[in-house]
Amino acid sequence: MNAKPMNSPPRRQRFRKWMFALLLMGMGSALACVVLKSRHAENPPGPSVTRLLTADQYRNIVADVFGDDIDLGGRLEPDLRADGLLAVGAAQVSIAPAGMEQYDAMARAVANQILDANHRDGVMPCHPAGSAAFDELCARIFLTKVGRLLYRRPLTAVELQAYVKAAKIGTEASADFYDGVALSVAGMLSSPKFLFREETLEPDPDHRGGYRLDAYSKASQLSFFLWNSAPDGMLLDAAGAGALNSRQGLARQVDRMMASPRLEQGMRAFFVDDFRFDEFETLAKDAMLFPKFSASVSGEAREQTLRTILDVVLTRDADYREIFTTKKTFMTPELGSIYQVPIFAAGPNGAPDEWQPYEFAATDPRGGILTQVAFTALHSPAGRSSPTIRGKALREIMLCQTVPSPPGDVDFSKFELASARGDSTARVRLSVHASVPTCAGCHKIMDPLGLSLEHFDGAGEFRSADHGAPIDASGTLDNVSYSDSSGLAHAVAENPATSSCLVDRLTAGAFGRPTSSGERLWVKQLKQSFASDGYRMKKLMQNIAYSEALYRASTPTESSGRSGAFATIAIPDPLLTSNQELPK
Amino acid sequence: MNPRLTRRSMLRGMLGGTAVSVALPFLDCFLNEQGTALASGAPLPPVFGSWFQNLSLNPGRWKPERVGAGFQNNVELKVLDPFRERMNVISGAKYFLDGRPLETHVSGVQIATMGSLPFGTTSDPSLDTFIAEVIGPRTRFRSVDIALSGGRQSLSRGKGGVINPSEPSPAALYARLFGADFRDPNAANFTPDAHDMARRSVLSALTDERRQIMTRVGAADRARLDAYFTSVRQVEQQLDIALTAPAPIESCRKPELAPQDEPGKTVGAVEKNNKLFAQLMAHAIACDQTRVFNVNFGTQGLRTPGGVRDWHSLTHEEPIDPLLGYQKDVTWFINFATGTFAQFLQELDSYREGDGSVLDRAVVLWQTDHGYARTHTMDDLPILTIGGGAGRLKTGRHVVATGDPTSRVGLTVQQAMGVSINSWGRLSNKTSKPLTELLA
Repeated sequence: MNAKPMNSPPRRQRFRKWMFALLLMGMGSALACVVLKSRHAENPPGPSVTRLLTADQYRNIVADVFGDDIDLGGRLEPDLRADGLLAVGAAQVSIAPAGMEQYDAMARAVANQILDANHRDGVMPCHPAGSAAFDELCARIFLTKVGRLLYRRPLTAVELQAYVKAAKIGTEASADFYDGVALSVAGMLSSPKFLFREETLEPDPDHRGGYRLDAYSKASQLSFFLWNSAPDGMLLDAAGAGALNSRQGLARQVDRMMASPRLEQGMRAFFVDDFRFDEFETLAKDAMLFPKFSASVSGEAREQTLRTILDVVLTRDADYREIFTTKKTFMTPELGSIYQVPIFAAGPNGAPDEWQPYEFAATDPRGGILTQVAFTALHSPAGRSSPTIRGKALREIMLCQTVPSPPGDVDFSKFELASARGDSTARVRLSVHASVPTCAGCHKIMDPLGLSLEHFDGAGEFRSADHGAPIDASGTLDNVSYSDSSGLAHAVAENPATSSCLVDRLTAGAFGRPTSSGERLWVKQLKQSFASDGYRMKKLMQNIAYSEALYRASTPTESSGRSGAFATIAIPDPLLTSNQELPK
Repeated sequence: MNPRLTRRSMLRGMLGGTAVSVALPFLDCFLNEQGTALASGAPLPPVFGSWFQNLSLNPGRWKPERVGAGFQNNVELKVLDPFRERMNVISGAKYFLDGRPLETHVSGVQIATMGSLPFGTTSDPSLDTFIAEVIGPRTRFRSVDIALSGGRQSLSRGKGGVINPSEPSPAALYARLFGADFRDPNAANFTPDAHDMARRSVLSALTDERRQIMTRVGAADRARLDAYFTSVRQVEQQLDIALTAPAPIESCRKPELAPQDEPGKTVGAVEKNNKLFAQLMAHAIACDQTRVFNVNFGTQGLRTPGGVRDWHSLTHEEPIDPLLGYQKDVTWFINFATGTFAQFLQELDSYREGDGSVLDRAVVLWQTDHGYARTHTMDDLPILTIGGGAGRLKTGRHVVATGDPTSRVGLTVQQAMGVSINSWGRLSNKTSKPLTELLA
């Protein structure tokens, strides 16, 4: 590639090393190949992936690079969930024509704003000689700066020249320098090199025959993992100087990034993805049955659970598992009406603050995120609660377990009779599952968990009875018995699958694919240290970020079949997304 | 002809002699293959629509008694009587799982739209995308995808991991089709917009820079990037169309502004949105903005207001009424769904073009996920086509295809629309036998 002017000396050195390795392999020395392969085969990493930026990443990058007052003026396509994560689906999707229209419109909206009279001085390091004529030097300086942040690496000379030329054409067509540059930046924002996260590999000197991410891909891997956004200038500087290839240099950046307020952005993004909070976009309740459940309550319920989680894992840096049991949360006046507790908007010095810390009494059935509105309402159909849906969500989301799809030839006649008998508690209605052998196997792993949450109706409000009958919330999770939702919460917190699931999802999210068999030992070690460190999520993220495993990869052709190749892709199910009705 | 008077030199002239490199725009009216010369009196182009309704109909209540021509609609399809001469009913066909587990309400959708079940993370494109490549590759929109019961889920899948998103809001669809970027083909004056010209030139100038990425990726990613470039081409084409004086289209009228709406979770909202969507589609087709549409009627928790159970739950929980012999509330929803479909068709049919209607040049394919939703059967599926596609499909017939794969219908429709394939589908769902009695 014609990248000479932009190549810093370390890059050139690496290039030479790579060429040398290629030459060595290309020479076909059988012995050398066997040696290289066998060394590498001890612990082969999974394949590198090319990921489409998620909607949140796109938003974060625009805000981080250009300021958080830039309005995107559009919406992005819904993301695809695979293996439980949108971050994994992002490695499998592309952009549809209708989606490209949106990216194009957004790119122009963003570019026009950053170069309007209010913003241009803040982002542009130079002033053009005159606003009507093309100032090549100024354009070059600006596009070099912006290009590096958007492409997450310095532009090559060819790339830079293309954008300078585009700005020139644009300026001449519009007779306005800023309009011309805006058109060029819009082109950059809809380029595949911005919208897709490419990974560039180089030979790995520590694992002969293997590959690792090059310095800039490494910076992106780290930055999207910790911040869910592109690397900032300092991280790119470190990458350019080769600092990320030393243990100390990497640690310095990891520690800096962990101390940044953007860590919260990254942690939030992870939980929004992991707990499927994107589904709030389509969540609606029947207004006649649940008059309190407005769109704003829905948004606040989502925020409440995120705040509860972040208070545990970030602010207090406490045991991750506490998110399931903590009595501490945050409330708004409107949420207070659903929770049946009075909340008044007030803050220090009389400044209105919607969000108030709140602590439930030790005896309160509420405690932990499973008992919060965000979980109970999100995993309920529009008109009622469903223990089956909640149980399935708990297994799949919190414990990383898969509940098989219902068989195709179910005999529903017994269930029809149970329904026809009239109103009763869910426990009575669902008892039919146990009497039908084809249903019993799966429902016994879902229904009991959900039945323990039956004190919370389809919109998450507390009730002591269902259709006049008292609710029995007792149950069993993997041989641990309990009598109510609080018991369920503790059983989930203490279940080994819960903490193991977090490690699996964090690593899969960071890679954009499930971990490969060669990475299994590393994941096992992560799980062990997570436990011995007292289940501190920040420490876990730091461990992952320090690991060389995060930055190793095999080429897509090299790895024998993608590790996720047999996972089913989540084609949006027309009927069975979790906030919709499931049989029973 | 003066070779210097190319579009390139014209554009260059317009831009005041600056060095503009513009890829030659594709001009519908010049590069016409499919009878698109709308102004010249040539035949109007065909249109393809798909309509997917989950949860099927009631066995025994939709199949016409008579086979072949001259059938009478059975009770659950009576609502389509106004279109009886222009529709076909196909009965008896089935979905084959080939040993794969039945994912209820999903497997059927996949076989119906893609002719196959996905393997791992790869799925085949849906048939509408093949048809769009043939009948509408240069319209402003490759296809318009609508979600009637809320959500943005779409059943349309392209190559390389493309999921065509659906539009749940008529107001948003109006903005996309007839907002600021719409160029009325019958407007008295045409002045190309200077900003559009600048955009087009800049896009052309960046083509090579973008293409470089293709030299660095593996096969799987190449397919995804190909899909990206196909999508970029639509954006470029939209600009080309905006920069070209459109050929007048006599019957094109810009519709009234669609009012703000609510997502279609209840039957009232679905009914209202359906009518708005249908009117927008009729205008969009008449103005040649697109030639392909997909409606996902879905059922997505569709309920009556205040109804505790939705349609889907009812299919499994409502006992069969001993006197009627079917599930009463479920049947109410079935009638609502087919009535909604009939209303949509009625709107297309009431938009007149010359001596016909928009519906007359369309083929609308109606499919569903199961034979009988209550027990999740995969055979004897009801399948309908409405409209003759401007004489490309014979109509007014009840075709029995007992035990055959449903893909025979998909293959027939694709061939009628001019897709050059002689087989479609995979494994047992693969067929090379179109329904020849329907091919004109």
